[in-house]
Amino acid sequence: MPRVFTAEIAGNAFLPEKDPVSAEMLSQNAQFKLLTLKPLSEITAPEPGQFYMIQAGTANDPLLKRPFSVYGLQHDCLGFLYRIRGKGTLSLSQLREGDTLQVVGPLGNSYPVPSGDFIAVAGGIGIASLLPFMNKYKKRAYLFYGAMKRDELVMLEEARELSKEAFFTTDDGSYGQKDLITDALRSFLSASQIAHQALRIYACGPAPMLKALSVITNAGGIVCYASLEEHMACGIGACLGCMVKVKIQKPEDRDKNKEWEYKRVCKEGPIFSLEDIKW
Amino acid sequence: MVNLSVTIGPLKLKNPVMTASGTFGYGEEYAEYIDLNRLGAIVVKGLSITPRDGNPTPRVVETPAGMLNAIGLQNIGVRSFIREKLPFLRQFDTPVIANFFGDTVDEYVRAAVELSSAEGVHALEMNISCPNKQEGWIVFGTNPTAMAEVVGEVRKATNLPLIVKLTPNVADIGCMAKVAQDAGADALSVINTITGMVIDIRKRKPVLANNTGGLSGPAIRPIAVRMVWETCKAVGIPVIGMGGIMNARDAMEFLIAGARSVAVGTANFVDPVAAIAVIDGIEAFLAEEGIPDINNIIGSLKLNGL
Repeated sequence: MPRVFTAEIAGNAFLPEKDPVSAEMLSQNAQFKLLTLKPLSEITAPEPGQFYMIQAGTANDPLLKRPFSVYGLQHDCLGFLYRIRGKGTLSLSQLREGDTLQVVGPLGNSYPVPSGDFIAVAGGIGIASLLPFMNKYKKRAYLFYGAMKRDELVMLEEARELSKEAFFTTDDGSYGQKDLITDALRSFLSASQIAHQALRIYACGPAPMLKALSVITNAGGIVCYASLEEHMACGIGACLGCMVKVKIQKPEDRDKNKEWEYKRVCKEGPIFSLEDIKW
Repeated sequence: MVNLSVTIGPLKLKNPVMTASGTFGYGEEYAEYIDLNRLGAIVVKGLSITPRDGNPTPRVVETPAGMLNAIGLQNIGVRSFIREKLPFLRQFDTPVIANFFGDTVDEYVRAAVELSSAEGVHALEMNISCPNKQEGWIVFGTNPTAMAEVVGEVRKATNLPLIVKLTPNVADIGCMAKVAQDAGADALSVINTITGMVIDIRKRKPVLANNTGGLSGPAIRPIAVRMVWETCKAVGIPVIGMGGIMNARDAMEFLIAGARSVAVGTANFVDPVAAIAVIDGIEAFLAEEGIPDINNIIGSLKLNGL
């Protein structure tokens, strides 16, 4: 049950102690941030994959709350791992410990429970939504985590620690394989002795990555749950801003000219079966 | 105890705070967050006689102290609304105002007829910011002749209180208000969104898939207050004021300018409990000012002498 609550920005309860590189990446001037919020009233515990709408400034500009997938719940504090991208995240990053913000959540659906081991595919900051899931199901993920370069692979050590096996790629070869993460996954699937059709894939990352991933999963008949992103104004299903085209599966539901319908990323998602998405 | 109840023509509201169409879904989206019984009225998302998919994304983009939207009037259609959404809304002791629109005069009339016969619809609000697709794409709300025709035809088709939602994208809103009043409107909603555009300067392309969209939020509030004031001077029927109301102070501006009630819009997106805070804040303000009845402050604007 989502709630509207006030939370105070608290000292960081989620800092990666065993990962000095990530700690540096999350330091004062860096583009990655770990926000710790202490709710001032009772909240509902989130499930991995759910998100919160968080007030990003103190006046009317930025006006709208911003959606952030939850990174963790620890010592009654909510953690959010994010990257500074635009006005909202920049404004949020400039707030200080002790400042209070209005928050709405937890919102949306969550990653379905895995049966046995699974594959996790993260593109860039998409790791933020997958880490709590991998933390819940420790050492069961074959992780594929890609970014542009080494200093964009945030929480790399934690991700490695939580995985059964971890594969990293960077576009410039500064860490791991110099490759796209989807190509690394393709090689793994074709070389692997594992009956990979039984492995479900959980993915979060930019749209081009998910689109490339859908080619692999559709060809291999692999079930993939992907967390999608879209601009949203409200996050609670009212504005109809964050729509995604979803294929209409049942023929009886489909009228002659319609093969897809719009679904709300905030309400019916953010996690969808990748094969259902109409790109 | 402060009296907050107001009347909009034949419609009696327990307080003057409504939800603006398109910002409150069909009501149920907000029922998890607020008690819908507390609202003066619920104005639901715009309905058409047949369902609409709406526009491609991006449909929304934030602007300084505001937002631009081009949802494209996505809705489930009048019949699905009556069948699937209205029974839920009937549980509440809050009047439901059905916002509706059409591509032609005939579509407006058909939507109005069906909504008027549904149990639990207490008033109709016409969105006339749409082009007439049969008559050369003239926007009903910006052309006095087209507006008089569509409002007049709907007037003949319904006995429910008829509210016409005026577009601000005109030179003289007072003139358009008079046209709507003369065509049979019982009340006017002022204002709809202001057409705007945001450009991605790297791509040299508009950010919204639809290129243009409707601007809302606190950025438009002074324009809305001015237009409500002008409308109230021009007509005798009640005016519902809206445009960037974020809190009770903002709402009071509209009431003092002459609006009989107000609608909270974009603020619902920012904060799901905003409308309730506006109601509580209006009551607190009146108590603080020692005003026993909200009707005493409506239209109490004292203009500066020149």
